[in-house]
Amino acid sequence: MDELINKLKKEVIEQLNLEEISPDDIDPDSSLFGEGLGLDSIDALELIVLLEKNYGIKIEDPKDGKKIFHSIRTMAEYITEHKK
Amino acid sequence: MELLITSYSHLHDNKVVVNDRLVFYQENILKFADFIKSVYKQEQITYPKFYKMDFMSKTGFLAAELLLKETTVAGYCPESVGVILSNSSSSLDTDIAHNETIKNRSGYFPSPSVFVYTLPNIVIGEICIRNNFKGENAFFISETFNGKLLVDYVEELFINKRVEACLCGWIEVLGNNCNALMALVENSELRQQQADGNYKPIPFNAENLNLIMSRN
Repeated sequence: MDELINKLKKEVIEQLNLEEISPDDIDPDSSLFGEGLGLDSIDALELIVLLEKNYGIKIEDPKDGKKIFHSIRTMAEYITEHKK
Repeated sequence: MELLITSYSHLHDNKVVVNDRLVFYQENILKFADFIKSVYKQEQITYPKFYKMDFMSKTGFLAAELLLKETTVAGYCPESVGVILSNSSSSLDTDIAHNETIKNRSGYFPSPSVFVYTLPNIVIGEICIRNNFKGENAFFISETFNGKLLVDYVEELFINKRVEACLCGWIEVLGNNCNALMALVENSELRQQQADGNYKPIPFNAENLNLIMSRN
C-alpha cells in the first residue's frame, strides 16, 4: 500500500501540475479538496481521468467520487480493490 | 476627456519591458515554457493556480501582474475596471494541446484542465479572478495587431461610463512565439495613483500602442 501511495502522490502532482508541492508535502490521510491540497472541480475531473488512464478504472457512479477522492489513501484503497 | 496609457508591460523574444524599463531578458531560453516560468519566478509571485493555466493565460496573467506592480487600480470599484484583449490565433496553442489528447481513439483521454482553456477569453477570466475586476470585457481576434480597434472600443467604454480604468492589449502565444502587450488606460481626470516616477503617461491612441509594440 505504501508503494502505491507514493506512486499516486507523484502521479497526482504531475497530472494536476502541482509544481510547488513535493510528494513529502502530501499527507496521505489529508483531504485532497477544501483545506487539504485545495483542489478544485477541474482537478476532480483530472483525477477521474488519471484513474482510467493509469489504472484502467472507470468510475461508473459520480456519487462515489467524494469517497474515493477524499485522500491519497482512499484513492489507493479504491485502486487496490478495483484494479483490473 | 483625456485617456492615458498610465502603465504598460510588453513580453516578447525572451524580454519583458515594463514602462520603458527592461525588467527581464535571458538570451539563451529556447522554450517559451521556460521563459514564462522564469519570469514568474523572478517576480516572486505566489499563485499556485499559475501552473495550471495554459500558456496564453500565463502570459496575460503575468503581463497584468507586472503592469499592476507599477501602479494600482485599487481605488476604482471592481465593476468599473474592464479588460479588453485581442490576438490573432485565438486559443489555437491550447486547441493543439487538446487535440493531442484526443487524436488517437486508443489513447483517448481528453484532459479537462486543458479543455477549459480552449477559449481565448479565459485569460481575461484569470486576470479578473486574480484582481477582482468585474467590469466590461471582450476578446477580439484580428490577423495582426489592431491598435485602432482597441482604442475605438475602449474609448466607447469610457464615453459611455462603462469603465473608469481598463486593461487592454494583445496576447499572442503560439508554440514558442509570444508577443504580449498589456496597457492600463485611465481617464486623466479620475486617475488616483501616479505610475512610477520615471514613466510619463502617454495619450491612449493607436499610434502610441503601435509604437510600444514596435520599439521594445
